[in-house]
Parts: sequence; C-alpha cells; structure tokens
Amino acid sequence: MLLEIKNLRAAIDGKEILKGINLTINKGETHAIMGPNGSGKSTLANVLAGREEYEVLEGEVLLNGKNLLEMAPEDRAREGVFLAFQYPVEIPGVSNTNLLKNALNEIRKYRGEEPLDSMDFLNLIKSKMKLVNMPQDLLSRSVNEGFSGGEKKRNEIFQMAVLDPMLGILDETDSGLDIDALKVVANGVNVLRSPEKSFIVVTHYQRLLDYIVPDFVHVLYKGRIIKSGDKSLALYLEEKGYDWVKEHTDEFMAV
Amino acid sequence: MQFKDRFSQVFSKFESGLNGESKLPVHQLRKDALQSFHEASFPTVKDEDWKYTNVSVLADLNFELASSADEALLMPILEKSKYSDENFCHLVFFNGIFQEHLSDIIDQPGVFAGNLKTGLKKYPEVIEKYLGKYATHKDGIFTALNTALMSDGAFIYLQDGKVIEKNIQVIYVNGDKAPVSINPRNLYILGKNAQVKVVEAYEGVEGAVYFTNKVTESIVDANGYFEHILIQDESTSAYHISTTEVDIERQSVLKNYNICFGSAIARNDINGRFNDQYGELTFNGLFIGHGKQLIDNHTLIDHAMPNCQSHELYKGVLGDMSRGVFNGKIYVRQDAQKTNAFQENKTILLSSDAHIDAKPQLEIFADDVKCTHGATIGQLEESQLYYLRSRGIGPELARTMLINAFADDAVQNITIDEVRESVEALIAEKLA
Repeated sequence: MLLEIKNLRAAIDGKEILKGINLTINKGETHAIMGPNGSGKSTLANVLAGREEYEVLEGEVLLNGKNLLEMAPEDRAREGVFLAFQYPVEIPGVSNTNLLKNALNEIRKYRGEEPLDSMDFLNLIKSKMKLVNMPQDLLSRSVNEGFSGGEKKRNEIFQMAVLDPMLGILDETDSGLDIDALKVVANGVNVLRSPEKSFIVVTHYQRLLDYIVPDFVHVLYKGRIIKSGDKSLALYLEEKGYDWVKEHTDEFMAV
Repeated sequence: MQFKDRFSQVFSKFESGLNGESKLPVHQLRKDALQSFHEASFPTVKDEDWKYTNVSVLADLNFELASSADEALLMPILEKSKYSDENFCHLVFFNGIFQEHLSDIIDQPGVFAGNLKTGLKKYPEVIEKYLGKYATHKDGIFTALNTALMSDGAFIYLQDGKVIEKNIQVIYVNGDKAPVSINPRNLYILGKNAQVKVVEAYEGVEGAVYFTNKVTESIVDANGYFEHILIQDESTSAYHISTTEVDIERQSVLKNYNICFGSAIARNDINGRFNDQYGELTFNGLFIGHGKQLIDNHTLIDHAMPNCQSHELYKGVLGDMSRGVFNGKIYVRQDAQKTNAFQENKTILLSSDAHIDAKPQLEIFADDVKCTHGATIGQLEESQLYYLRSRGIGPELARTMLINAFADDAVQNITIDEVRESVEALIAEKLA
C-alpha cells in the first residue's frame, strides 16, 4: 500500500471543504478523481502536497506507513510526492535549471545521496526533455515566466519526470490544453507509469482519461467520495453530466 | 567631547606627523577643508538630507586616527575577499594605510593604478588639477573631514586612449582594538576613449568599532567607459559614510554598482553629472540589512545637458529590525532636452519590524524628456515559496533562491563574472 487516506477533513478560511475522504492507493495504480467545480478536488491535491493555507481538521494520511500530514511540504516531496499544479506559479529570476538542480540535490541529500555532478545532471535533463518535447530554451528561462498555458503544464510534467516521484498528483493538468498539448502531457505521464509508481489524476473532464487510462475512478462531490469504480464510471459521468449527478445523487450512488 | 573638537585634535596630531608632506600644495587643501569642517554643521534628523538617519552616535565615540594596522587580524579577511590574480590587480589598504607588499601597482606609460601618495610624486599636476574639485570640502561636514584628514587612497589614471585589460580591486580592510577613524580618498581619472573596471571593496573585522569616511571622485572624459563596483561589507559595529562623485563628458558611459551589506550605519551618497551630451549613467544598488543595521542611499543624477540617458535600479532586502532609505534625486535642467531617465526602487521586507523610507525625487525643467520612476515595497511571495518547497527545496534555500532572483536584476549587468558570482555567494551568506 502506497497511500492511505483515512477520514480526511480539511478546511480553508474556516470553511470545511473535505468532509471525510477515504482512499487507498496501491503501488502501480492510477486513480482518477472527478467531480464538479467546488467539490474539493484541488483541495485534496493541495492538502496532500502540504499547502499551509489548508487546515486539517481530522483524519490521517499515510505514505508508505509514514504520517504525511506531519511533514513539511519539502519533506513530502523528498518522500516521493509530486504535485503538478493547476496554476503553476511564475518565478522571475529563477531558471528552470536552477530550480531542478536545487530540488534534485535537496532530495538526494535527504536520502543520504551525493549531489549530482553537472554532467550527470545535464544528461538526466536532456533525456527527460525528450519525454515531453520540451524546447531547449524553456530550460534557461525563468520558471513559467511568460510561458503559454500549454508550456506551463508541460513544464510541470517535465519537472515530475526529472524528480521521479513515487506518487504523482496531477491537479487539472488538462485544463486549458488543446488536444495536441493534451496528448503530449498524457504521453509524458504514461511513459512514467510503472508497477512501482502511482498517480492521482484530478480532472473535471473525462477527456484526459482517454489518454491516461486510470485503474480506478472516484467521484468527489461536496467533499466526499460518493462513488468509486473503474474507467467506465468516467464515461457514464461524461454521458450523464455533473448536473444530473447533483440532482440524482442517490440514484447515481446506487448505479 | 564634541565631534568637531575631537576631530580638531585628531587633525593636529595628523598634521604634526606629516613632516615634509605638509609642504606639498595638497596640504593647503587639507587646511581649507578643516576650515570648512568647522563652519559646517553636524547633521541632525532636522536636516532634510538626514531625516531618516541619525548619526549623533558618531559624536559620542572617541575615534583616533588609524596610524597602524594589525596584519595578523586583517590578513584573513583580505584573503577571503580578494579576487583572483588571474582577473585582477589588487590595491590593498589596512585601516586606510597602503600595503605596497600586498599590492600590484601598475605604472606604465600613460597608465597608473596605485596609491595616491605614490601618484602625487609621479603625477602631481594631474592630481592637483582634479583632487577636491568634484567632491569639494564645501559639500558638507563629512567630505570636509575626509579632505582635511586625507592621507592616501587609490589613484587610477588613464591617459587618452588607454585601456587597463585587467580589472582592479581596491580593497580596504578595516578594524582595530580601539575605535579608529579611516579616511580613504580615491581618485579615478579616465582620459578620452579610456576604459577600466574597478571594484572598490570595504571589509572589516566583525565586531570592531571604527568609522570609515570615504570619498571617491571619478572623472570620465569623452567616449570613456568606466565600470565602478562598490562593495561594502564592513563590521556590523562600524560606521561607514561614503561619498562618490561622478562626472562624465561627451558620449561617456559610467556604470556604478553600489552593493551594501555591512556596518551599523551606512550612508552612501552617489552624485553624478553629465557635463556634455550623449552620456550614459547607470546607478544600480543592492542593499541587504539585518539586525539593527541602517543603510541609507542617497543618489543624485544631474541631467545638465541634453541627449543623455540615466538608468537607476535600487533593490533592498531588509530583515529583523533593519532600516533602509532610498532617496533618488534626478534633475533635468531646462536645456536637457531628449533626456531619458529611468529610476526604480524595490524593497522586500522580511520581517514586520524592518522598515524602508523610499523617496524618488524628480525635478524636471525641460519639456521634451522621458522620465519614469517607481518604488515598491513588498514581501516574499508565499505562493512562490510553496511552489519551490513542493519540489523538495527546504525553506531556507527557497528563500535564498527567491531573494537572489529579486536581487539579481540590480547586479546582473556587472560584466565581471567573478564579481557577480561572489556577490551571489555573499547574498546567500548574509541570508543564512
């Protein structure tokens, strides 16, 4: 078992968003979390990554048996959690290379490994760039500064590929992407999938799941997982629409 | 004892130690300056130019003129702050006293880089012509005091068309057991088409109490290029008052970088004048304060002639209870049409007790000009910190990365890689 979420309740600005989430993710599994706007999808992603604005009210999250909620955001990353942001932040003056080099070496230090030398680092970067068709110039540019929406999302997947997490969390990575960009991003994720790695794919639309095919689909509504199933659940949801789910929650849960 | 009485005594001692040197014409300048020193008033916070910076503490300390230096104490600091021999010639001063055995004097036809005392023997007329004409002893009590007590400093002189390929690092390493008064006097003269890059660094023994009161005059003749980097990392118990006068002729380029990390109180006055058309001045600054430091930057750019450009970017990072001042005056005189002047000042406050007073001051009397200015005060972006931390980067390194990125604008155009890298390392050290 890689990740175990037990009765997780969380709030922001005093407003409870997550109202008791239970979810277990095994090694090698990809889970999709779907739901209408405001259902708590992004909150879940950010609580797992350690965003400090969110207040955990109750519950437990274990990563490889370790208490994730007690860890600082950087320690979660060092333990193998990666969040691909819905809205990647622009950091003028910090180059992508600088960020990745520091991140890799901080993670390696935590694990008791020597820092990468420049050659090894460059080789690693080059091999990962091919994965997501990263143009060379994005490397030396400031993190996300002046990037198009597609470039920002691609950059998130590129960072994920370099940092090689145990658990990748994709927070609406498909939003704002055209179909070509979506394919590039999905391909980048698929290449990383392995029996050792797990993913949580948070999305509003079924579309992304055509390309990143999940093992499980969960429907989040009003801060709770109201239904779980396999990939066919996503298609059902696409057909019926979230409004139907809202209006016929009991009926939907019984399906 | 009052400040003036104290320094009158210091001057008498100084003068009696001069022996034969008091016969030189430069000594008349000292005596005139002493007169001005007595006539000038000691600044208080009631003076507009000293509104945010109270230097009354200077009157309470019993400074003696530095007459010697403890080499064992200062040597390790010199070693740490010295740039490579490969890229630099070094001019080393301990407590203001020139260390010839540690320095590389350049004395070639038409080119001199060494100390003022040696320069006076070689180029007396040149020095007499320029010294004290740009920073005059009528310009306030500290310039008057420096002029009265000046005994040595860096002298760099390039005749027309001369270029010094190697960079020059002027290093003042300061500090003693007793509180000493150090009065460096630097003079840089570039002839037509001349070029040089000079780093002027002030370093100190941490914890030592002393008073550095330095004056630098830079004169760049037509079509010259002068890159001048000031680095101040004095003892945080020391006082540092710095006056830099800059005067450029037709089509000359002067870039001044004012990097200030040290001393309990730092006051930097940097004044630039365009003496002819098509000149270009860059005044950039970076200051980082912590503890109870006070760093006061006053700049003045005088667009006295048309068709000139000035570019000014000052960045500050203030933590703990430190305070900063940025006062940037730009004059655009009536005849100075087609002036292009840009000024920006940005400060990050790392603590709620840190404080900045930012005052852009543009006085424009010409009507066909382009002048922009802006001042912002902010904090580190939480969302950026979180983003970096979510990638496994610890909070301290994340902060350092963001502050480096913020500060970098002000220093990224320094053309000497070694200096830029060393400044970045210093920033990291200051924030640790």
